[in-house]
Amino acid sequence: MHNIVIEPGRSEQNYWRDLWRYRELFWFLSWRDILVRYKQTVIGIAWSVLRPLLTMAVFTFIFGRLAKLPSGGVPYPLLVFAAMMPWQFFSNSLSESGNSLVGNANMISKIYFPRVVLPASTVIVSLVDFAISLVLFAGLMLWYRFVPDWKIVLLPAFLLLAFLASFGFGLWVAALNVKYRDFRFIVPFMVQFGLYISPVGFSSGVVPERWRLLYSLNPMVGVIDGFRYCVFGGQSAIYWPGFALSVALTGLVFATGLIYFRRTEKTFADVI
Amino acid sequence: MSDAIIKVQNLGKRYRIRHQQSGMNYVALRDVLAQKLKTAVNPFPRKSRPPSPAREDFWALQDVNFEVRPGEKVGLIGRNGAGKSTVLKLLSRITEPTRGRIEINGRVASLLEVGTGFHPELTGRENIFLNGAILGMGRQEIKRNFDEIVAFSEVEKFLDTPVKRYSSGMYVRLAFAVAAHLEPEILLVDEVLAVGDAQFQKKCLGKMDEVSKKQGRTIIFVSHNMATIVSFCQRGLLLKDGRIEADGDISQVVSHYLQESTRQDGQFRKEASNGQTKLEIEKIGLYKGGKISTLFSPEDTLAVRIDYQVRRRISGAQVAIEVFNELSECIFSSTDQDWSGEKPEVLPGRQAVECPIDLGFFKPGKYSIKVSSSVPNLEILDLVEDQLAFEVYDDHSPVLKLGQARKGIILPKIRWNKVS
Repeated sequence: MHNIVIEPGRSEQNYWRDLWRYRELFWFLSWRDILVRYKQTVIGIAWSVLRPLLTMAVFTFIFGRLAKLPSGGVPYPLLVFAAMMPWQFFSNSLSESGNSLVGNANMISKIYFPRVVLPASTVIVSLVDFAISLVLFAGLMLWYRFVPDWKIVLLPAFLLLAFLASFGFGLWVAALNVKYRDFRFIVPFMVQFGLYISPVGFSSGVVPERWRLLYSLNPMVGVIDGFRYCVFGGQSAIYWPGFALSVALTGLVFATGLIYFRRTEKTFADVI
Repeated sequence: MSDAIIKVQNLGKRYRIRHQQSGMNYVALRDVLAQKLKTAVNPFPRKSRPPSPAREDFWALQDVNFEVRPGEKVGLIGRNGAGKSTVLKLLSRITEPTRGRIEINGRVASLLEVGTGFHPELTGRENIFLNGAILGMGRQEIKRNFDEIVAFSEVEKFLDTPVKRYSSGMYVRLAFAVAAHLEPEILLVDEVLAVGDAQFQKKCLGKMDEVSKKQGRTIIFVSHNMATIVSFCQRGLLLKDGRIEADGDISQVVSHYLQESTRQDGQFRKEASNGQTKLEIEKIGLYKGGKISTLFSPEDTLAVRIDYQVRRRISGAQVAIEVFNELSECIFSSTDQDWSGEKPEVLPGRQAVECPIDLGFFKPGKYSIKVSSSVPNLEILDLVEDQLAFEVYDDHSPVLKLGQARKGIILPKIRWNKVS
């Protein structure tokens, strides 16, 4: 027997229990988004293969060939691709979860469910894209006959970090998008700008030592450095103080994102 | 504890209204930043200036108390803005109450969700699962009912076709089939918001009623159609300005509501202009030979005169009347654009239209007229909730002598020909 009591502030208390109750909806929504994404099979998969490969080619040409930045003995395309994976995961999640609430406005205004399900399921979809690029990456390593470091077993830990960063920012953007309808114009800019200030096309080693701590204020620096550290080992040493800062900031963004989202969530149906 | 399935105590819901952005309840970041910047740059803010986005509290519901027993079918009636939809929203937990408490002992589903979450790219099969999950069915429950849903929707052949290729009829049937197989203890139906036409909703309700006959499902039904409500519900709840005005037997509550919302003097005059809407109906009158009247013979012509003000240029606006009989059945409707070929451009200013109705086909009895204005399929510009009552009396003409016992809701005077 379902017994529900509705009172002001009550949904706060039952939040996590409700989230568990609605877990099936969460899987169904993720499943829907994945299906839709790969529905036009050829285009869907081709797109998630082509995009990272093309970006990799361009970045390798600009930063590796033209600017001749050091790669620490690693084939430059691999260096770029190792960073591209977490970056695209992050940027996809950010733009998709930003739209997730407004895009499902009719669901929000017509039925109850913990709203956090929506941005969360879009991050899952980006995870599928990530898996595809992981396969690509394995192919690339074969091509270059590159043997990854044993530390690659740590990759899931850094993936978790990437997940927290993506979801944290995603929550912020999703909630702000509902409140400020012109916020969505800022998101593409944020993503584009983020690409330049993140060490995707180059190794963070090229950043002068005294700037590195400041550079690590960008949480994605920690994530990307971590990924490279896993794959290339000694050739891409982590700058630990900066890494710690990135991790701390990621945690902060995630926590505040969750708090802000939950605080505004109750009013979504009223304003959307 | 009492045996109530829904228990509502001192329920209140407050909305904050911003006056500046009428019709938009979200804000633009641009405006907020500009405002902040202005106050930051200006070192001497004038203290006397009131805070710029004028906010006002609006209680959509206040001190609402009621209980519903299992199996009861409750009709929720009231004017627009009386709080009907807010009650449903609170019951379905879409929004939180500001005050009070609701206790629900059962699963709640609402019919306003028919087709919600359908994705055009997905196949019928996929959408059944998705929509079921959105409506609150578990995976097992959907699987168990799957064959039945498919059979009911009559779209077996197209089960693996994306629903974007469906005809609108198929789409609605599928959506309805899913909703009809929900097994909630409490069902909320909002006719105003529900998808589909009246026919479809009726079919929905019939099916739901039939399915749930044994279990005796509890239903809360919101509708403007009094005829449907009276036939479907046993108990009525009348809301007025966010409070419960009447609670009891449905026909009594409906007649209370109708009496209250029907003008008996043949005219309506808007007391306070809202001063904002694009088009506002200001005055309505029922005329017989140039004079206000409420009593007509079938020989008369009833002229409905509607005075309205247009504040902004509107493309495609029309003014419409609906005529209801005593049972709240709509006998016909008519608009001022019925005879014009193209979309009218309505320009700002005060205007008046007149609709002469030849009462020749009216049965003697009591009627009421409802006036509204809209851009068809786009927006409702104004809707006068006060209906104007009038009566057609029996003038003892030969046709009408037989008339009262006649079947049908109208009585056209048809002269038959002898052909052989």
